[in-house]
Amino acid sequence: MELLMALVIGVLFAVAVYLMLSRTLLRIIIGTVILSHGVHLLLMTMSRLKRGAAPIMEEGNLAYTDPLPQALILTSIVISFGVTAFMLVLAYRAYQSLGTDQMDELKGEKEHE
Amino acid sequence: MNNLVILPILLPLFSGVLLFFLRRQIRTQQAITLVATTATLISSLVLIGSISRDGIQILNMGGWEAPYGITLVADMLAALLTATASIVTIACLLYTFHSIGEDRKKFYVYPLLLLLLCGVNGSFLTGDIFNLFVFFEVMLISSYALISLGGGKVQLRETIKYMITNIISSMLFIVAVAYLYSITGTLSMAHLSERVALAGQDGLITTVSLLFLIVFGLKAGLLLFFWLPGSYSAPPAAIAAIFAALLTKVGIYAIMRMFTLIFYHQSDFTHTVLVWMSALTMILGAVGAIAYGDIRRILAYNVIVSVGFVVFGVAVASREALTGAVFYLIHDMLAKALIFILGGVIVSIAGTDRLRDISGLIRFRPTLGWLFFLSALALAGVPPLSGFVGKVMILQGGIAQSYYVMAAIGLLTSLLVLYSVMKIFINSFWGETLLSEGEEKSPGKGYLLPGAMLAALLIGLGLGAETVLTYVGQAVEVMLNPMLYIEAVLPQTGM
Repeated sequence: MELLMALVIGVLFAVAVYLMLSRTLLRIIIGTVILSHGVHLLLMTMSRLKRGAAPIMEEGNLAYTDPLPQALILTSIVISFGVTAFMLVLAYRAYQSLGTDQMDELKGEKEHE
Repeated sequence: MNNLVILPILLPLFSGVLLFFLRRQIRTQQAITLVATTATLISSLVLIGSISRDGIQILNMGGWEAPYGITLVADMLAALLTATASIVTIACLLYTFHSIGEDRKKFYVYPLLLLLLCGVNGSFLTGDIFNLFVFFEVMLISSYALISLGGGKVQLRETIKYMITNIISSMLFIVAVAYLYSITGTLSMAHLSERVALAGQDGLITTVSLLFLIVFGLKAGLLLFFWLPGSYSAPPAAIAAIFAALLTKVGIYAIMRMFTLIFYHQSDFTHTVLVWMSALTMILGAVGAIAYGDIRRILAYNVIVSVGFVVFGVAVASREALTGAVFYLIHDMLAKALIFILGGVIVSIAGTDRLRDISGLIRFRPTLGWLFFLSALALAGVPPLSGFVGKVMILQGGIAQSYYVMAAIGLLTSLLVLYSVMKIFINSFWGETLLSEGEEKSPGKGYLLPGAMLAALLIGLGLGAETVLTYVGQAVEVMLNPMLYIEAVLPQTGM
């Protein structure tokens, strides 16, 4: 099971890197979102996908899954959600103000506005 | 257990949250921010006192014992850095009073500065690796907002690049944490150090340590500094000063912590990588510093050079080199804040940051000129000033471990740093006065108080090096003996 997850996560990373190397800003943001999905799945997988009950204390459960990585993932999800929201608004604002979403037109060596 | 440990995090956090309700009362905001940062400074100083008396102070959050809960660990290194960070924040804050426009002040610049300080202090004080990630994010998100605040075209452009770089490095941080967790099964730094020592640092752990090096190298501008010159040139001077003084230093601190506490077993491999990365950083930073003709870029590349220098001290890892590195780190936080503020004043007076359009400012700005001269000498490491002691100790440590080439690179880059800042001084202060009195674009007020404060500290740090070095010595003691840290955090193990 871990091997399958590793392969899937690898594909997600590859897709994310490919998207982040592209020209348009929106594709880059989609790339960062996919990267965060890959990372969160990796956190899940790295704590071993053993079988067990959901980590809620109940009578009769002998084995539980590891609760720690779930808390870490939950933290990381909200953080990347906040950052992504900011990034999307920033991209929108930059599109309004700079009039382009092409990354290669966002160079700024020659002029200081 | 000492509740004092959490104050440098809580004070800026609470006052920052409070300020969100006082958007229009700028005076009140300024007063509260000043009081809060001063209180943070005082609490850090008290913390330094209690650490030097009773050793490392810890606070188990919620009363949970060390490996299970989050522990805040204040050793001397962390406490010295929180104190310096508070000083730098106070100085930059005083400079914002005059230099930053009404519109920015009304849109939460002070709460964001306080939350930035909260993130920085939290990163210094935490003893848990995932908590370190969270505090990094607190710091970074505040910095995203601060860098884009105002919404100028340059700012928007550079914020996009800065954010993308930092999002990627944060994701890599989580990847590294995930791998480390799967190998060791713990997140507390002391417990990690113990487990890594027990298992022996094999190839897998060394690989993870290099992943951490890439992550923190991206944050600190160590070799992976491509994002830094652009982003640090975009925001207003007061904000850029606080970035230059604090953000990269948190990355350096994380490298110091990781490679003295957890990954110190394969030093012939990891520390060689560190040495080469630092040497390349110094060279490339110095090349950038002499190549450019505008003030902001020259100063931004100077940040990179000093990152390389401190990490060289960390990589040598002898007592002398580490002492030098910690001392130089403290000096550099103050010096970078000072020179960015002064550079900002020059830019605002002249209305441009191109050196060839500025000339002869000394005629009507003598104080500014000599302050800049002083900070340039301090930056290069001229003897009575503070940069000297750290540099000498790093270089001595390097030579004692026969890193002759690297020491030579260190000396050469010091020369180039001196050349690059003197180029600013000579070009903008000497020569024919292009602007006559009153013709200046902006009065450039309000730098004198923070400038004099930081300059006095730089001189004091240089002259009073003996006193400071006793505290730095205590910090280095823990870096050399990770057992001290582990025993303070996990008293029950008794190994």
